[in-house]
Amino acid sequence: MALDEYEKRDFQVIGSRPVRPDGIDKVTGRALYGADAVLPGMLVGKVLRSPHPHARIRSIDTRAAAALNGVRAVVTGADFGEIRKGETRNVAENAMAFDHALYDGHAVAAVAATSEAVAREALKLIEVDYEVLPHVTEIAAAMAPGAPVVHAGFVEDSVPDGFSENVTARHEFGHGDLEAGFARADKVIARTLKTAATHQGYIEPNACLASMGPDGRGDLWCCTQGHYFVRQLCAEIMGIEESRLRVTASEIGGGFGGKTTVFVEPVALMLSKKAGAPVKLVMSRNEVFRASGPTVSSEIDVKIGMTRDGRITAAEAELRYQGGAFPNITVMFGAMAAFAAYDLGAVRTVGYNVLTNRPKQAAYRAPGAPMAIYAVESVVNELCEELGLDPLEVRLKNAARKGTKSSYGPTFNDIGLVATLEAAQAHPHYRAPLGPNQGRGLSCGFWFNFGGNTSVSLSVDMDGSVSVTEGNPDIGGSRASIAMMAAEELGIPFERVRAIVADTASLGHNDVTDGSRVTFAVGLATIKAARAAKKELCKRAAMMWGIDEEAVTWENGCAKPSGPNAGSFEPLPIEKIARKSPRTGGPIAGHHEVNAEGAGVSFGVHLCDVEVDPETGHTKILRYTIFQDAGKAIHPDYVEGQMQGGAVQGIGWALNEEYIYGKDGRLQNPGFLDYRIPVASDLPDIDTVILEIPNPGHPYGVRGVGETGIVPPLAAVSNAVSHAIGTRLYELPMSPPKILKAIREG
Amino acid sequence: MSKTHVTTTINGTRTEFLCEANETLLTVLRDRLHLTGAKEGCGSGDCGACSVTLNGRLVASCLVLGVEAEGAEITTVEGMAEGGELHPLQQKFLDLAALQCGVCTPGILVAAKALLEKNPDPSEQEVRYWLAGNLCRCTGYDKIIKAVLAAAADLRGAA
Repeated sequence: MALDEYEKRDFQVIGSRPVRPDGIDKVTGRALYGADAVLPGMLVGKVLRSPHPHARIRSIDTRAAAALNGVRAVVTGADFGEIRKGETRNVAENAMAFDHALYDGHAVAAVAATSEAVAREALKLIEVDYEVLPHVTEIAAAMAPGAPVVHAGFVEDSVPDGFSENVTARHEFGHGDLEAGFARADKVIARTLKTAATHQGYIEPNACLASMGPDGRGDLWCCTQGHYFVRQLCAEIMGIEESRLRVTASEIGGGFGGKTTVFVEPVALMLSKKAGAPVKLVMSRNEVFRASGPTVSSEIDVKIGMTRDGRITAAEAELRYQGGAFPNITVMFGAMAAFAAYDLGAVRTVGYNVLTNRPKQAAYRAPGAPMAIYAVESVVNELCEELGLDPLEVRLKNAARKGTKSSYGPTFNDIGLVATLEAAQAHPHYRAPLGPNQGRGLSCGFWFNFGGNTSVSLSVDMDGSVSVTEGNPDIGGSRASIAMMAAEELGIPFERVRAIVADTASLGHNDVTDGSRVTFAVGLATIKAARAAKKELCKRAAMMWGIDEEAVTWENGCAKPSGPNAGSFEPLPIEKIARKSPRTGGPIAGHHEVNAEGAGVSFGVHLCDVEVDPETGHTKILRYTIFQDAGKAIHPDYVEGQMQGGAVQGIGWALNEEYIYGKDGRLQNPGFLDYRIPVASDLPDIDTVILEIPNPGHPYGVRGVGETGIVPPLAAVSNAVSHAIGTRLYELPMSPPKILKAIREG
Repeated sequence: MSKTHVTTTINGTRTEFLCEANETLLTVLRDRLHLTGAKEGCGSGDCGACSVTLNGRLVASCLVLGVEAEGAEITTVEGMAEGGELHPLQQKFLDLAALQCGVCTPGILVAAKALLEKNPDPSEQEVRYWLAGNLCRCTGYDKIIKAVLAAAADLRGAA
């Protein structure tokens, strides 16, 4: 474990708020996103999708479509025949159905044509002979023995007998004696809570431009969170070596986890290969909802025991998640995260993954955690209400801290939960008066944070300015934070550093932009690349001065002689060393490659005030304050931005957003009108308090901040609504009809 | 399908194009005129990413036909900066970090400019309701609203 990286220091650049380098392009319309790429001779790709939630594909007749003037290629599942195994096979089958359509919206064929109009016409000419099969879209129905089997062959050994084949995996975590713990409790509450599937809701639909050459080499431009992973998946699916495919990430118009995998990219590549021309494929919003990854829906049983003075004696949960027609491990993350905020002597969580006839789930910001922690934080609050205890005091009393054995196994190092709780307790928001029909809720939140494989190359250009080449698409301002860390380390102004995101052929492998890993891991690699460059700069200065390399140090962008025998020389600034570099050994650069560990978990606490209209059941958010540990905020504006954006996604999840399936198994609301994400007029200011408890695993103490913010709002809003109406809801979203019903039933 | 010849003014420049009768103004701007600042987020007028003004009125260009541009004055995000000089809204969005992924930003800037032309001194609530048709999924709107209010104050100061 790399837990000794942190070194306390005073910062020059870190913590300031410079204008982000990609900002100017984004406010002027110059920034190029997935759908903005063009190539000469480019064709338009379109996908035909199943109207049935479950069907066997008896045959597909594409002859009439292929014969249409302007159609250059048609592909079906038969073109993806020889796909190996494991997740790549699942990704391929999700991108194009093999022999079964597994959900409403599952791709069954695609065309490439000279225009959008011709492509649409061609889709109408494709005849698919479906044998419609029984379907199941809800968790309980899918788990029942005798349920229609969604997708056979995925059941792992961990699943006990007696379940439907739709239950594919069981995960268990915990420690201690539950029975003894519950016996010591003065009050035990057990509840079942449900959350609906929600979509990441990025505003930019998935889009790509593929160009496969006749020699089996290809290029792909796409909006993605991880172009190296796109390359790996697509190369495997296309049966080519990874180096034959170069993937370039465009600007990305939001991802939130949803763009960590591929949907249309392999289809575009296959169409391009068959057509012998570049193919652009852009999803419509309807396709994004029906066929790209929403997150899971959940049903969670929680049982918690508490003493009269607020100590939790035992806690257990069973989590059942469905994430569509393919297996996934989101429920494992849920089972790990559920009780992470608490220091518990006896705890157990069990998670089951369930297949349904819904689209293949994709990661969504802290995948699996928001629903698990919603369930736990709801029951903790209910216990506080029953026992007449202050919910914040109870959380402080039970909070995980340094040395706590976490509910999922590891023992925590320096963590910021207590500090965030204390900040919330001390904040005026916690004591502000409330009016009629108003309520206040709070919730803790948690995310693991990841590190992962990272390459960074840093070059000192001939004029002493600096280029940082990194390989992680910038979804939250990371080019700014990476450039700031390089500037800090080199002691030069932020404006003299430019960070760019390289294509897959231009830099070593980088894992996906996920797990809140980029500012942590790419930052760490950037700092180390800068240190390597500094060492080289010092060496070159030593040569210029004719002294020992060891007698040179780096300070404020300059080499300086240091030590008893160094002699007396004027400091040499980076630009002078760079200009002389052809005569001292050639270009100066630094690079660093690492599989970063020590990411450092992240905790947050949210406070939320609501007012519920007793006549309409409508909930208005009145006030919202976020407390989150950032380790060290590199660019505080974008730390706040992550916290605010995550919170508002969570507010949408709590109040409005849900995938609604009809009895026919079709998605009823595949558009922004009926799947309503929060709009500006729904919200107040979202206030933020950044705590900085340094992460020992990063030289500057950074923790990822991207994901934790979406976790607390579900329970914070729900607890506030319960407080306002005097009765509790156990299901999200808390849409007005559900709240009205709860008020009427008391 | 035969195409229609359209003469229009875009960002102050006389522009001609041919388009099919069923093509949207958004498709014309993006695919025929290569003005890709306006984005298609939904194609149904729900997200506001394709906002432009048509004869001074804020519209979702995905709900306007290209042929409706005949004789009209259209402005897009590409027309907001004058020469190298950013519009105060653009500058405030940069200074106050009012964007993350940036894909909704062009539409929000165009919509906010249309608001400030009608109402130079909007309340926070007026800004929030005016921009309710422009979805942003990254920011939670907080910094966007603050940037619009700050730009409005700047513009009033300059007037």
